[in-house]
Amino acid sequence: MNKSPDASNLDSVFSLSERSKLGEVLRSQEFWIVVAVLIIGAVVGMIAPRFLTGANMANILQNFCFTALMAIGMTPVIMTGGIDISVGSTLGLTGVLLGLFCASGYPFPVVVALVLLVGAAVGAVNGALVSYMKLPPFIVTLGMMSLVRSQTLVVTNNQVVYDFGKAGDTLLALGSGSFLGVPNVLWAVIVSAVVMQWLLSMTKWGRYVRAIGGNENAARLSGIPVDRVKVSTYALLGAMTGMTAIFLVGWMGAATNALGQGQELQVIAATVIGGANLLGGFGTSFGAVIGSVLIEVIRNALLLAGVNPFWQGTFVGLFILFAVLLERFRSTRA
Amino acid sequence: MSLLELKNISRQFGAIHAVEDVSFKIEPGEIVGLMGDNGAGKSTLVKMIAGNFPASSGKMIFDGQEVQFDQPSDARRAGIEIVYQDLALCDNLSAAANVFLGREIMRSVGPFKFLDHRKMRERAAELFRELQSETRPRDVVKRMSGGQRQAVAIARTRLADAKLVLMDEPTAAISVRQVAEVLALIKRLKERGVAVILISHRMPDVFGVCERIMVLRRGHLVANKLASTSSPEEITALIVGAKAAA
Repeated sequence: MNKSPDASNLDSVFSLSERSKLGEVLRSQEFWIVVAVLIIGAVVGMIAPRFLTGANMANILQNFCFTALMAIGMTPVIMTGGIDISVGSTLGLTGVLLGLFCASGYPFPVVVALVLLVGAAVGAVNGALVSYMKLPPFIVTLGMMSLVRSQTLVVTNNQVVYDFGKAGDTLLALGSGSFLGVPNVLWAVIVSAVVMQWLLSMTKWGRYVRAIGGNENAARLSGIPVDRVKVSTYALLGAMTGMTAIFLVGWMGAATNALGQGQELQVIAATVIGGANLLGGFGTSFGAVIGSVLIEVIRNALLLAGVNPFWQGTFVGLFILFAVLLERFRSTRA
Repeated sequence: MSLLELKNISRQFGAIHAVEDVSFKIEPGEIVGLMGDNGAGKSTLVKMIAGNFPASSGKMIFDGQEVQFDQPSDARRAGIEIVYQDLALCDNLSAAANVFLGREIMRSVGPFKFLDHRKMRERAAELFRELQSETRPRDVVKRMSGGQRQAVAIARTRLADAKLVLMDEPTAAISVRQVAEVLALIKRLKERGVAVILISHRMPDVFGVCERIMVLRRGHLVANKLASTSSPEEITALIVGAKAAA
């Protein structure tokens, strides 16, 4: 056992296959959530056949997208060991500003740019307070949640925005339209998930996000620009929240100042159910997407199965607990 | 020519003289043990060499040039790497990712640059082979033994092609079997012409690998002698002050 290994011995160690691909899939949280979604689907399909109809599937695929877009953005934030509970408020602010910008006659591309910018700015402020001022992310974004929601009321004077002027036509077409039979917002989810996963696994930025979540001190000692990377994750989440607002308001056709209230919890729940670890270091954009699907499937299935909707939170809550337990189980076994 | 020479280095923190008038030389490829009780000034001395903070007075000559490191990256650029006691590794990343952390190899396709996972794995495997450590580049650090973690941390210094490696208590928190592994790693660095300053409390480790032993007591260098001319008893006496100097 203790003899110093010779070269041929080392070769045999290096050539040992490191965990099979199948084993890796079976060990992943995402896989088990997919299984959970399929089981729920099968059971509910038997109780309420309407669940499995094309119309209802289309309904689910449209509804989960808004949470999914934000959950994809939340993933790198949580991976660095951070959290952002202000995203619901940011969704509200960017939503009403979107309406107001449209109404004041800016061309649609300019409105889009402005909305993304506002979202990114809110995120960047969160990120700067967290990284440069070393404040706890929960408290920072709790403050921002209140501040931004209040500003949403201030700018709209508590009025619903539904007159979008000329740019409104493009906005509504984008929000309710589809391309190749797939809703535009679902395309946005697919593209965002693929791009985000690529960023996380193929770029220095993604490697640093992971490293910071694993051991921030080690990351700093290795010369990684920890603070800048953290700010970038919050800013990116803010921009993705702005993008969500564009699709959501375009779909609903109106922006109320309660837009996004409570949505932050769904977004965080989706991210965590999908395997992101709140302590940092782990997460995938596919996990965020499948977590969002699960939440929407639970909501939809309970409605169709005729269960009192007050039970919804119980089921979502149970799944969060289940997800955390599953994660604990996997990490102690692995 | 010596690799590192310290001339009358002192460091005060307010009224406290953490290191006082210390002078010594380190030759290329030499393994030197730095010993002393808690608070004797070992960490302060090593942190000055690694560029964590400057000396209050004195001169430091590295590789033939007088140097002043304002930050750790200056020292690293000059060829001095430090292996931290807690190893400063990311548990959630693979061995290869840790070796290359902050120094990733990139591949460009058109205007895009992305991580060259394969090249980093191959290079990491080469380094582990050179260190003769049974560490697989793809394995996650979380599941590694203390010895393998040391191998990862040491491979980082090899990547930079350091001339001097400072090791802070590398055998403090690992099993007996792994200690042997780590000592073998240190010898392997020497074979590559790398000088090592080994800070340790463990007498057998120091006598096992070091050619020379330096003892600090209350900020003063009280001994600097060949291991072959000393004994654990003498070093212990020097550390606790039972023997004034040697």
